[in-house]
Amino acid sequence: MTATVEEIQERAHTPLVMPRLPRVAPAIVGGIALALALLLVVLGMGVVGSAVVGVIAYLVALPLWSLFIEGRRGATDRMMTGLIWATFFVAVVPLVSLLWRVVSKGAGRIDGTFLSYSFFKTQIDQPVGIYHAIIGTLLITLGAAVISVPVGVMAAIYLVEYGKKNKLAKAITFLVDVMTGIPSIVAGLFAFALFTLLFGPAYVSGIGGSVALSLLMIPIVVRATEEMLMLVPDDLREASYALGTPKWKTIVRIVLPTALGGILTGITLAISRVIGETAPLLLIASATDRTNMNLFDGAMTTLPVLIYGQNVRGDAPAEAIAWGAAFILIIIVVVLNLLARIVGKIFAPKKG
Amino acid sequence: MAKSIDVSDVNIYYGDFLAVQGVNMTIRAGAVTAFIGPSGCGKSTFLRSLNRMHEVIPGARVEGKIVVDGQDLYDAGVDPVAVRRQVGMVFQRPNPFPTMSIYDNVLAGLKLNAGKLKKSEADAVVEKSLRGANLWNEVKDRLNKPGMGLSGGQQQRLCIARAIAVEPQVLLMDEPCSALDPISTSAIEDLIHELKDEFTIVIVTHNMQQAARVSDDTGFFNLKATGEPGHLVEFNPTKKMFANPDDPATEAYISGRFG
Amino acid sequence: MTARTADIEDQPAAWASVRGGIGDRIFSGAALAAGLTILAALAGVFIFLLAKGATGFSKPAEVYGPHAESFLGYVFPLLVGTFTVSIIALVIAVPLAFGIALVISHYAPKWLSTPVAFVIDLLAAVPSVVYGLWGAFYLAKKLVPMHEWLHDTFGSWPVLGALFGEPNAAGKSWLTVGIVLAIMILPIITAITREVFSRTPRLNEEAALALGATRWEMIRMTVFPYSRSGMVSAVMLGLGRALGETMAVAMVLSVGFGLSWNIIATSSPTSIAANIALKYAERSADLLSVLVATGLVLFLLTFLVNFTARWIIGRSERRMAR
Repeated sequence: MTATVEEIQERAHTPLVMPRLPRVAPAIVGGIALALALLLVVLGMGVVGSAVVGVIAYLVALPLWSLFIEGRRGATDRMMTGLIWATFFVAVVPLVSLLWRVVSKGAGRIDGTFLSYSFFKTQIDQPVGIYHAIIGTLLITLGAAVISVPVGVMAAIYLVEYGKKNKLAKAITFLVDVMTGIPSIVAGLFAFALFTLLFGPAYVSGIGGSVALSLLMIPIVVRATEEMLMLVPDDLREASYALGTPKWKTIVRIVLPTALGGILTGITLAISRVIGETAPLLLIASATDRTNMNLFDGAMTTLPVLIYGQNVRGDAPAEAIAWGAAFILIIIVVVLNLLARIVGKIFAPKKG
Repeated sequence: MAKSIDVSDVNIYYGDFLAVQGVNMTIRAGAVTAFIGPSGCGKSTFLRSLNRMHEVIPGARVEGKIVVDGQDLYDAGVDPVAVRRQVGMVFQRPNPFPTMSIYDNVLAGLKLNAGKLKKSEADAVVEKSLRGANLWNEVKDRLNKPGMGLSGGQQQRLCIARAIAVEPQVLLMDEPCSALDPISTSAIEDLIHELKDEFTIVIVTHNMQQAARVSDDTGFFNLKATGEPGHLVEFNPTKKMFANPDDPATEAYISGRFG
Repeated sequence: MTARTADIEDQPAAWASVRGGIGDRIFSGAALAAGLTILAALAGVFIFLLAKGATGFSKPAEVYGPHAESFLGYVFPLLVGTFTVSIIALVIAVPLAFGIALVISHYAPKWLSTPVAFVIDLLAAVPSVVYGLWGAFYLAKKLVPMHEWLHDTFGSWPVLGALFGEPNAAGKSWLTVGIVLAIMILPIITAITREVFSRTPRLNEEAALALGATRWEMIRMTVFPYSRSGMVSAVMLGLGRALGETMAVAMVLSVGFGLSWNIIATSSPTSIAANIALKYAERSADLLSVLVATGLVLFLLTFLVNFTARWIIGRSERRMAR
């Protein structure tokens, strides 16, 4: 039966006062779900299983209650709210688990020897440490930064200051974005191919690793610098030109310092991204038990490569070393991330 | 069915900041009421409290009573979502949903609550609403085209059609013509004259002449002083307001001495 | 409208000191060179991979090992492995990422959005080798009961049952790898999606609310339609990341060459990237060329995926700007 328009509009009317769940309804259902989960734990189901049951109970019970009292639309809204919030908590679980694992299994392995000895034993029962990997990480990352920071910053300067609207600049910007997706192993293969074609098939060196890592760092540096430079208002540049300053001096003396905070943040974030890379270094920097101070000659171990190597060995002492090294690595990465945020705040143009 | 609105002792806050203070008024059913006053004195803020849109802003709240058809909108048992179905709103800038056709735009509000509509039923609603908004003849051959393809004035009438499709009791209009050219403005003013038979209309406008042309009652809002909250200075039938206002501040505003 | 820098440079002699002195020429030349270096590097990746790997496509049959006789036979299981773990990762990560993006953009109060975003950024900061460690030494063992449950419950179903054949006793299966990868690609999908969600015009959102829509209805009516292409690109970027991930796969998966639908199998073909990491140490020049050749395939694949994703974002940005 086809309804008249008036009938449809009547049907669609919601009264102002409809039955509603009490405001504390989510808390009530949450409390019951929690109690259920605790009961299950007491009865012997594992903590994880009980928690899952509790969450599902909440996600089902509240919308169901709402369906009876508030109707379809209210129930759907409550269910989606619950599900959406649940996704966040699901994501937090592995993060907490992972960090907890690293800290609990790794912190115990750290001691003075761990940090100051390498794998290279001069005596049979000498304790081993990850000193060589720490040095390797620092040197190779430094090499990568030395290559990628000038290239990245200058390229961004080209894109923003010189190439404003031309096709080349647009192509470069677009391709830089695409470059952020290069798999790290491909960057490693590139360095491997480049250096072995130039220097022979047995070539290994730290600098090869730096080249591979710089391929991964450059897009991040370019992007961050580009965005920072674009934020600098044109009025600033024009004021400088009006005083007769040449363009390059304007960029170096005025634009760059203004954008400095953001650029340094971008560089720090790029470093923290590549410091944890393993695959490219496996291919071209290989690994060694000794501490190697020379970027240009011979294999060099980094922390991630060491962790991987210990995973391959697989026995209990190796696992302990791996967790210890992972702990150090995570600390470095977290410190770098925090540093990036602090640097950004310090150098942000003062609002007075 | 148009309804009247009784407003008692309404205070409107943004967080701790009191924006509008002590409003009392009765908005007549089936009439057009206009709110006028200088910028920033709280007209739009007050308008948005009538359909509980104000509280969408985090930290914003409303105190006092706003009674429609015997029911206080701010009662504890009232769902803001239900209020907004009864009290429709047209915004300052036309905002048809960009990914929907004209047809779907009109039905957007109705579809939320009317369940499954047969094609013929939906067609009937769309036609009635577009006719009600004086837009039917202009778009009846291109109902499937995107809503954004219309001119500014047509888009605003589309938004009005969308709002009246759900048959609200009250229709709020927040400076509906300020983004439009004079011809579209006059088309909408004519439309308001026709709509008031069916709906109670409350319109905020910056344009005093528009208020004089269009409304039956007028409320004049003003700030008490700089930094003070806004308040309702005077509320009277439009003819009286513009010929012989009670309050000297109203007189000053209307004769253009400030604002 | 402020005058463009170019206009000033076109002025006559009074501004001569602005136009290139030698300093400007050197500096702008260096900047241009840097820009071209990037293009060269990208081209260089392709060229050098081709140079080293070209022979890898056509080696004698023994090089491709005991399980294949040609390049195609060698790389096909690796492609299956690569795509399977990536798709498992996407299936898990995409709904989670969209949900979290909504939390940050629409559900959390302002003061809570920043910490929530920070937590997700922490997930991005963890190096892949640490994920691999966690997956190999912890998660795999923890998931063994789940593997068994999946096999017991669904193994005998028609069609679906093929996915859940004999379970891996150590939990080192495609499924576990997919779960680890899902956590790793979650941040990038979330970051792009929440950007796009936040850009939904407030006016459209208010129009939906004023019609009496609930919050979820408002999101369905305005946020999702507006953000469609952003969501697609985000998923593609996540796919690109998953395709190229090496260490998590190399460390967690039990490698074997039997191709089957079973995602909880005792051994499964690995991904292209992980295969390179596992085999590079066998320094036979022939095998190395083959590995480089597979790397070339991976490069082209991820390049295509990323190119398309960025192009979609660019196209919608151009459309919005009109």
